[in-house]
Amino acid sequence: MSENKIILPAVDYLIIPEKGHPYLEGHQCNECGAIYLGERSVCSKCFARNKISKIKLNDTGSLYSFSIVYRSFPGIDVPYISALVDLDGGGTIKGNLINVDPSPENVEFGMKVKIVYRDALGRKDSDGNSYLSYFFEPA
Amino acid sequence: MSDVYVLGVDMIKFGRFPDRTVPNIGAEAALMALDDAGLGIKDMQAMYCGNLGQANAMVGQRILQEIGQTGISVVNCANACATGATAFREAWMSIKAGMYDVVLAVGVEQMGKGLLGTGGGADGIPKEGLIGSGTMPCIFAEAGMEHTREYGTTFEQFAKISVKNHHHSTLNPKAMYQIETPIDDVMNAEMISYPNTKLMCSVNVDGSAAAVLVSEKKAKELGMARAIKVRASALASDPYTDRDLVMPDVNACTRIAAKQAYEQAGLGAEDINLVELHDCFATAEMLHYENLGLCKDGDAGKMIDEGHVGLGGKIPVNVSGGLLSKGHPLGATGIANIYEVCTHLRGEAGARQVEGAKIGMTHVIGLGTACAIHILEKP
Repeated sequence: MSENKIILPAVDYLIIPEKGHPYLEGHQCNECGAIYLGERSVCSKCFARNKISKIKLNDTGSLYSFSIVYRSFPGIDVPYISALVDLDGGGTIKGNLINVDPSPENVEFGMKVKIVYRDALGRKDSDGNSYLSYFFEPA
Repeated sequence: MSDVYVLGVDMIKFGRFPDRTVPNIGAEAALMALDDAGLGIKDMQAMYCGNLGQANAMVGQRILQEIGQTGISVVNCANACATGATAFREAWMSIKAGMYDVVLAVGVEQMGKGLLGTGGGADGIPKEGLIGSGTMPCIFAEAGMEHTREYGTTFEQFAKISVKNHHHSTLNPKAMYQIETPIDDVMNAEMISYPNTKLMCSVNVDGSAAAVLVSEKKAKELGMARAIKVRASALASDPYTDRDLVMPDVNACTRIAAKQAYEQAGLGAEDINLVELHDCFATAEMLHYENLGLCKDGDAGKMIDEGHVGLGGKIPVNVSGGLLSKGHPLGATGIANIYEVCTHLRGEAGARQVEGAKIGMTHVIGLGTACAIHILEKP
């Protein structure tokens, strides 16, 4: 298989612009402020239609909750920290918390984290494309 | 609207039956429930069947093909882990609506072994272990850790729930396991997703449960001696919450359903003598003490520490052994819980009998999310 140079986003809310840095994109309701990941036309919080705008999510936030995963599906490296992060400025996203030794003593609720963009753990699709993903690390 | 009664109800002993078919497993419980009611399939006017794994494969009709094809209305339903309770509730509603007097509800599931969850890899690359985890033990661990964040709930407190439910199951011959698991065994078992160890995860089993529901008129005609009144039936979906997209919220929809159920029954949590709630993971049970109003917010840890939720405590929870040890055949669980509560209200629960039980509650959560609650009473 020939080396394919295309780098794709691991999730549809990760934007890789032609110029500048990658970022996470939210969709915010102009009526009530609810933030969603992924495009939609109706707000499920306030039911407003066609009031949703794209926003750039912040790259910093604080840890809301987590688990340390010791058993996952076959082929997935463990252990790792599955983290839920409240982003500064709104929106909650899930991801791996990296550069922290995965044991409960090392993870604190409310700890400040920042988003970093890295290759998706070497995972490639059936066409050989590489992917860019996002991770949390202590700020 | 007529009151609705459970006239017959039963479940098979949960286990693993790889050589049987889903309809065959369901048919067994259906016949047991009919026998318990003293009725036959020819007496049933409609059937509601809950199954998840073969949701598109007409399981209800295939059960009737095994026990009697009478041409009645059959509806198959799927509602994640609330599937069985939803089938029961549809049967209840059909009698409430005045359509029928005698209805059969069946829940059945045949499970593989192993981890449940979303792989998240339909397009592109698998997301598991890349964008956190979509495994069920992790999702419910994260929900439990939210409680830890708020109230300081400890790993040991979560583990005690598993000790309790496994202990209860030693008294239930229909549970998958009858094995005591002391606290050290629970805490030192393989860690699956902190703080849930393997013994704090529900057991994937095959199983079925069924109930015959009847109108008040029919109950009086057939005999009320063992009839159990359905005081409330509530079903809620997840309202919008701020962390919705990444954190399935099992709390908000349980609180909606609980409020509706208490209002419908004209009862409060203090009137309930036993509860079968959705302990898919030990972390989940902790949340529902508060969600169901069994204690004040923040007091769930105390409920387990002080023994209030054990057999003999002020509000025994999951005396069947719960999903943690009785087992969790997804589509059957909601009716198996109703069987357990009815058995206590009838005074037929043997060694695990909650003495003097008059009113009981069942609760299930299907992630996605559906919450079904029933309140049952010995008339």
